[in-house]
Amino acid sequence: MVTASGKVKIEDYAATSAVAWCTGCGNFGILRAMKKALVELQLEPHQVLMVSGIGQAGKFPHYLRCNVLNELHGRPIPAATAAKLVNPELTVIAVSGDGDAYGEGGNHFVHAMNRNVDMTYMVHNNQVYALTRGQACPTTDLGFATKMNPNGAWVSLRPLALAVASDCSFVARGFAGDGEHLAKLIQMAIRHRGFALVEVLQPCPTFNRRNTFQWYSQRVYKLDEAKDYDPEDRTAAFNKALEWGDQIAIGLIYKHDRPLYEDYLGVTKDPLVRQKIDPLQFEPLLDEFK
Amino acid sequence: MAVDLSFMIGGEAGQGIQSMSFVFGKTLMRGGYEIYISQDFESRIRGGHSSASVRSADKRIQAVSDKTDILIALDTETIDIHKKDMDSAGLTICDRERLKIGSSNHDNILDIPMERLAVEKGGDRVMSNTVAIGALVGLIECDFDLLAAVLREEFRRYGDKTTEGNVSAARAGYDHAKQHYAGKTSHRLTPRTPGQKLLMTGHEALALAAMVAGCKFVAGYPMTPTTSILEYIAEKGRQFNIPVVQTEDEISAANMVVGAAYAGARAMTATSGGGFCLMVEALSLAAMTETPMVVVLGQRPGPAIGLPTRTEQSDLEFALYGGHGGFQRPVLAPRGVADAFWLTVRAFDLAEKYQTPVIIITDHDLADCYNTVERFDLKQVKIDRGLTISDEEGARLTTYKRHQITESGISPRAFPMQTRSLVMTDSDEHDEEGHIIEDAETRTRMVLKRQRKLDGLKDDMDGPKITLKPDAEFTMVGWGSTYGAIREAAELLEADGVRANVLHLNELWPFPADAVMRALSNAPKVFVIESNATGQLARLMRAETGIKAHKSILKFDGRPFTPAYIVNALKKEVS
Repeated sequence: MVTASGKVKIEDYAATSAVAWCTGCGNFGILRAMKKALVELQLEPHQVLMVSGIGQAGKFPHYLRCNVLNELHGRPIPAATAAKLVNPELTVIAVSGDGDAYGEGGNHFVHAMNRNVDMTYMVHNNQVYALTRGQACPTTDLGFATKMNPNGAWVSLRPLALAVASDCSFVARGFAGDGEHLAKLIQMAIRHRGFALVEVLQPCPTFNRRNTFQWYSQRVYKLDEAKDYDPEDRTAAFNKALEWGDQIAIGLIYKHDRPLYEDYLGVTKDPLVRQKIDPLQFEPLLDEFK
Repeated sequence: MAVDLSFMIGGEAGQGIQSMSFVFGKTLMRGGYEIYISQDFESRIRGGHSSASVRSADKRIQAVSDKTDILIALDTETIDIHKKDMDSAGLTICDRERLKIGSSNHDNILDIPMERLAVEKGGDRVMSNTVAIGALVGLIECDFDLLAAVLREEFRRYGDKTTEGNVSAARAGYDHAKQHYAGKTSHRLTPRTPGQKLLMTGHEALALAAMVAGCKFVAGYPMTPTTSILEYIAEKGRQFNIPVVQTEDEISAANMVVGAAYAGARAMTATSGGGFCLMVEALSLAAMTETPMVVVLGQRPGPAIGLPTRTEQSDLEFALYGGHGGFQRPVLAPRGVADAFWLTVRAFDLAEKYQTPVIIITDHDLADCYNTVERFDLKQVKIDRGLTISDEEGARLTTYKRHQITESGISPRAFPMQTRSLVMTDSDEHDEEGHIIEDAETRTRMVLKRQRKLDGLKDDMDGPKITLKPDAEFTMVGWGSTYGAIREAAELLEADGVRANVLHLNELWPFPADAVMRALSNAPKVFVIESNATGQLARLMRAETGIKAHKSILKFDGRPFTPAYIVNALKKEVS
């Protein structure tokens, strides 16, 4: 195993790739918060694996330094899950946009939360499909008209309610416009033992002129400052997750510490990737066919 | 006199037909005979009609026979259904106290009071099938102790009472047959010297091979006929720390395999055609990210759900071409149970050596048939993980390029956290480091690199199995699990004075075009024999060699080819 050497600095995460996001994109705030969180956790780039999907969020891991598996649209969760299972020493972070997580990857989303593997899932929710140039997504506000939905969006999913219903062991929401708060949430999520969902409200200045920085700023409030909120109360969390409109909660919405899938599978002791291949150890299995 | 007998056990689903055919087959194997057991069942848990054929011979057999010598009928329907399969000297064992059957063919029916003996001696009427097997063993003069030993092994998990009940029930059947029907048949399977044989199914051999080859991670969604692979490794893999993850769907399973393999573990998934449909997206991902991946595609008749518990070879073209973007991948199709073992071991090496998805095509027939095989010599298993970066090399690297452009096209593989080097790859077109690119020059170089990499594959192939005869009248060509039936058809023809060549492929891609052209350039009429309606191998052969088959012998009724079926079909064509 490789051990940490010296103090990890922000510069260690400085990428060489040119960034292909629009000016003013909410992703920049998320990127800063992520780097800050990783440095504060003193994780070295080689200890981190980011598995991303497709969309503007899919490019995210290329803009810092770490191990990267840029997956297909909607599929980062299965690959991230398996990577963690074969090498639990990795800090695994999956990164998706709203389409990736809640649309194309919806089935993986539900079952990964249920399965509870120790990993973090960042979902950049800008309430619109930006890479494909402005169509409605599962979280687009009702009535929001796009070229493909000229009559306005017909449905609006509340993914965090789905997360609470799926007993996701850590459900949080951050805002790209509040980097300090978001960096803290990301740290909590990475430290959490279990599947941690961090949805980030991310303004898209190009294709979503409705849910802007200003729009979110006027509505978000921090749950950590609400004295009477208990994130371990599932019913309260469910109601909180359904809340949307004039008031939008950010912070830790739900937490339920429960056993890890990797412990159930028994793969945590000795990483599978480090185990030797020994054909001869299977000799006793042949005897069963005699 | 050569021994080659076929026994059939038939009844309703739930009457223990599969387990009893296995017990009987294993008993005969220990008596020194070669065994081939073929299962025929409906997609249901109870009722309907199921049967299993146990063929036993003193020579190597790899196919089911058309004729039945002795039938055990656990219900009346079995007698009617299998009347047409009975040899003229065939016998039927049934329980006349329980089954209503007419008085015709009285001589050919051996009445065994299965239910009465089961209750009296075993303590449970459910052991009727065991009484029948005991009677059969007595009738053919096999050794009762061999049967008792197999029964004890198979029923141990149900406790002593059930185990000894079954042994007593079998004994009662055995004694009854000895007492009442001694000399009733000339069919004898008296024990011979047993060899170092194993009795296993194609998918047991495949699953075992995957573990032997160092597969450390399996993900899958249950689907007939490959659930057996997932279940075998789920059960046996526990003591070897090989997890099987049951996923939410096949998309997840395939992407998990990519994730596990990217992270450095040998990984596999198994599915059937419908599940493979959902996996081809990830297959394309594995090609782009140059990730080793082993996928078992267990065919069953389609399209769509088709005949879930029956056999066909209609996914060859799908395996060759499935996935967007146009990319090559090795496609292997085992000839039989032993080949399933060795080809699977090789599949893992090929996947890592060429950093590519590899597809192993099986089918329901191969999946579920039991066949005797020589014990696998595990010392012969050599693991080749291809070009990798050692921990020491990795520690010295300043920048690791996962997709480094090399002469061979193969880039040395490292895995995340192996060293301090970062491992990056992308489903988008990427540069050598693994970052997204858009420029035409890099794109072209990367496509050529990936193609060049697979050029080496050709040298890693064994080539088809070819038997040419100087005075052959025609040539039989086939692929995958039909080998046993085709080989035996050639033997039957030869015994009939008709010479035939055989060319059989277990490696479909890269297609061994040179070897096929050499073998067929001067060969007489070529018949391509395959279990599908569209002649997929014939089309592939023509595309790759220009050789057009004289005719295709196709079968797509969901049942496996038998040697006699092939012989009859060919005789019709050449007469």
